[in-house]
Amino acid sequence: MDPYLRRPRDVLLLLCAVSNVLHGCAGEIPPQATPGAGAGRVTLLPPIKPDGPQAYPEPAKDNLPVFTMDYPRIQIPFEITLWVLLASFAKIGFHVYNKITVWVPESCLLISIGLIVGAIMHSVNEEPPAVLTGNVFFLYMLPPIVLDSGYFMPTGPFFENIGTVLWFAVAGTLWNSVGIGMSLFAICQMEALGVQDINLQENLLFAAIISAVDPVAVLSVFEDASVNEQLYIVAFGECLFNDAVTVVLYNMFNFVAEMPAVEPADVFLGVARFFVVGLGGMAFGALFGFVAAFTTRFTSKVREIEPLFIFMYSYLAYLVAELFALSSIMAIVTCAVTMKYYVEENVSQRSCTTIRHVVKMLGSISETLIFFFLGVVTVTTEHEWNWGFILFTLLFAFLWRGLGVLLLTQIINPFRTIPFNLKDQFGLAYGGLRGAISFALAFTLPVNIGRKQLFVTATIAVIIFTVFLQGISIRPLIEYINVRRTNRNLDTINAEIHCRLMEHTIAGMEDVCGQWSRFYWKDKFMKFNSGILRRILIRDNRAESSIVALYKKLELQSAMEILDTLSGDVSAAPSLVYLQEEKKGPAKPKQKLLAADLRSMRDILAKNMYKIRQRTTSYTSKHALPNDSRTKEILIRRHSSIRRSLRPGSFQTTVVPKSHKYFSLPAGKNLDLNLPPVRHIHTDDHETMSESSFPARRPRFAPPSRSSSSRAGLPLRRLDTLEEVPSVDILDERRPRRGQSATRSSSVEPRRHADPTEKEKEDNADPPDDPTRNPLLRRPQWKPKK
Amino acid sequence: METVSRSRCRTSRYFPWLSSPLGALGVGTAREPKRITPVTIQCMDSNDTVSCEQIGVLHKRFKQLSHNEDTLRREHFNAIHDLAWNPIRAQIIEAFFDRRNLIPPGEGSMEEIHLEEFLVVMSHFKPPSLSMTDEERDSVRREKLRFLFNMHDTDNDGTITLEEYRHVVEELLSRSGHIGKETAVSIADAAMLEVAGISMGHMEPDEFYEGITFEHFLKLLNSFEIEAKMNVRFLNMNASTVCY
Repeated sequence: MDPYLRRPRDVLLLLCAVSNVLHGCAGEIPPQATPGAGAGRVTLLPPIKPDGPQAYPEPAKDNLPVFTMDYPRIQIPFEITLWVLLASFAKIGFHVYNKITVWVPESCLLISIGLIVGAIMHSVNEEPPAVLTGNVFFLYMLPPIVLDSGYFMPTGPFFENIGTVLWFAVAGTLWNSVGIGMSLFAICQMEALGVQDINLQENLLFAAIISAVDPVAVLSVFEDASVNEQLYIVAFGECLFNDAVTVVLYNMFNFVAEMPAVEPADVFLGVARFFVVGLGGMAFGALFGFVAAFTTRFTSKVREIEPLFIFMYSYLAYLVAELFALSSIMAIVTCAVTMKYYVEENVSQRSCTTIRHVVKMLGSISETLIFFFLGVVTVTTEHEWNWGFILFTLLFAFLWRGLGVLLLTQIINPFRTIPFNLKDQFGLAYGGLRGAISFALAFTLPVNIGRKQLFVTATIAVIIFTVFLQGISIRPLIEYINVRRTNRNLDTINAEIHCRLMEHTIAGMEDVCGQWSRFYWKDKFMKFNSGILRRILIRDNRAESSIVALYKKLELQSAMEILDTLSGDVSAAPSLVYLQEEKKGPAKPKQKLLAADLRSMRDILAKNMYKIRQRTTSYTSKHALPNDSRTKEILIRRHSSIRRSLRPGSFQTTVVPKSHKYFSLPAGKNLDLNLPPVRHIHTDDHETMSESSFPARRPRFAPPSRSSSSRAGLPLRRLDTLEEVPSVDILDERRPRRGQSATRSSSVEPRRHADPTEKEKEDNADPPDDPTRNPLLRRPQWKPKK
Repeated sequence: METVSRSRCRTSRYFPWLSSPLGALGVGTAREPKRITPVTIQCMDSNDTVSCEQIGVLHKRFKQLSHNEDTLRREHFNAIHDLAWNPIRAQIIEAFFDRRNLIPPGEGSMEEIHLEEFLVVMSHFKPPSLSMTDEERDSVRREKLRFLFNMHDTDNDGTITLEEYRHVVEELLSRSGHIGKETAVSIADAAMLEVAGISMGHMEPDEFYEGITFEHFLKLLNSFEIEAKMNVRFLNMNASTVCY
């Protein structure tokens, strides 16, 4: 219901924005004052009244103008703002109705909206703003897109597949460019087409432009279908690096296209330049990445500007690489990858969030604008339509892509532990959509290329064809052919432990066989990293195994929730103290938590949670921030198990026969046989009050829609059953748990003023310290009863 | 002649891949009258995961490790320099001497191993083949998980008890620097709790959770694609690159 209701309003907003763009600020300026958008200085005279008594205007020169307008002065930023707004409204528009974006890629929708806007502009003879020039594109639009990809790159899988990724990105792009260029050149010799004046260099240039693959749409499909990791990462890496390759090729061919003749030596120089450009870019990127990481080591006092460093250093890397005509894309990607890990440990949690959001936002808006603009330009510019050339371009683009993937996989497969099968290859080949980069490159071709218009037209045709046809059909196809899938939800401690165990085992086996592979290098790098890099780049360096990290996060999350109960509902606090005093006799005095402590604790906790997120949700779509709902759900589950473990004898209730009753809660049975009945007297009213706060808390951790339910079944079932059974049972059931949580939290409280790291340690060390609290230490429960 | 047939039997028993139709063709041509050295086995089809060449590579390495003796003992493994840094070195070495990891699983551990046992242990790490049916995949999976399980289950009672689990976690973390023993213990505890939580659904009301059984272990690592991950590239490499 709701989406439908909201839709017209969005359309209205869109139209409003459109009209604003078209007519400048038609709403504000009286008609006679706007001869045109760029008409020079307009000054409105003060005493104008629509139907006042004055028949003639006063001479205005002497008076101080009360209301003036200077549109040309603000024209450019104003129009840019409106364009961005319009594009953003469009995005809101299609996310209102979710089903569209599932079946139709966002880029299709953006282009469509662009086409509509373009049509409107065309009908009123309005020129599109001249925003997209070469400089604007390369200096302002491209960096955010690439930074986005680089920053959110799933580092682990990427480095596992780096050979294949680079192979596809570099060799694949070269293959496509040369293949398409050559065959187009051959086609151009046919007289029937009438394009004999396009020489080889120009053909190659054009081919380089349209071989830039941009599988953003495909990536989101891959992700939804959770195709296997290898396929996903190769598609991802390809789109990341072939931008770099394409831009290098573009610059090279652009240069070559202006040369009268190409000599063999130039080819070798070109190859050499290719490597210099790529590796040089990487070197600058790594340099700036480390400098950025090092800088954030000292920003603890200036939290406000922390995120700025990240952006400035990345941009600086980009600009410096551009200055030396190196691959600026490689530079910014390397910079992002290098610094991310260290920076996110150094900066505060808020800065971390800010960085992520801003990176996403800038990248997404740049890309939106380019697609949108593509739609507009398609309608508003003059086209040179040549059926033959364009159809052949389409054909070759498709053909060479398919051939390339087939051939390149044959070459790379023997080197891969898990080779690509035919289905994977199909996914990879069919996912070769052309996108924003191609368009921007074509649009920024220098004017001295004779057939620029034809090239632009052909590029747009290829983009629209691939984005619409392949983009829409790839989802059903992928689902139909049933590509190998990977389950990526591995957030249990056991999975982590066994993953590590397996890696170490493999490394050991490799040592035994006397050969090195990535595990060997990973081990070596980890050693180097924790020994040297972390020490230099990270403020408070504590080496951490990933298992410990994961465990700690889960623990802290549960601590945080307990804290929530404590600070969240004041009514609960007294009852908790009662419970504790009752049980323990000499209880520690309850201390009021200071607001500052709470805040700093929350900061620690939240930041630590973030790290899980960073570790686990490496797969992000281009247009959405990592989704943390899954992590949260896991945390709930963990939390519930920890809470269970916290209460004495609780493990019994979950494991021993009682557990059965615990879950189904047959009416009338008292589960708390081991609890003193006196507690009912003391706590009844408090309990009800605190109980009432439970539902309020629940939505926060409401389990989101889950893909795999096998492992997460436990907490959910529990919640469900609890809601179904009579409320008396709920109270009976909940009491011990809350009581125990109180015990735990208040026993930890007095130490909370201490150093956070100490607190963490204590949190971790707590369970084994106190055997009564840790049911696991009571052996008999773990041993079979004989 | 008798020795030949006996060794053929043993070979196909120890090398499951040799029992594949393609492999069986290859084994038939083994002529060596003395103790079997799989290097001499005629190569199978190159599409299979283990080729003769790879066995040759491993044979070379075996000789190198054992200083040209016929058997490997623990001290040979202890002498491997690169292994010294591995936190679970002891378990890895023990896995080679564990009879449970042989193809007809035995009991107890050996003092020294021959090339066959060495290869059989190694064969747990062969990469999955491209065209595998679901059943094959499942059995490969079980086999690999069984290997890991055996590494945990040191006392061979079919369950991983809390102590055993703790021990492994401690070992895993022992190289990570500042992590104390308590952390390791509490992590193992939490992990155990998790196991109990996950495998709870299948528990009878009167059952106690005594430790992780293999079935629970399978269930626990249900989503963990071990068949795609636990493999070593050596079986696909050339001799020249492997041996130094």
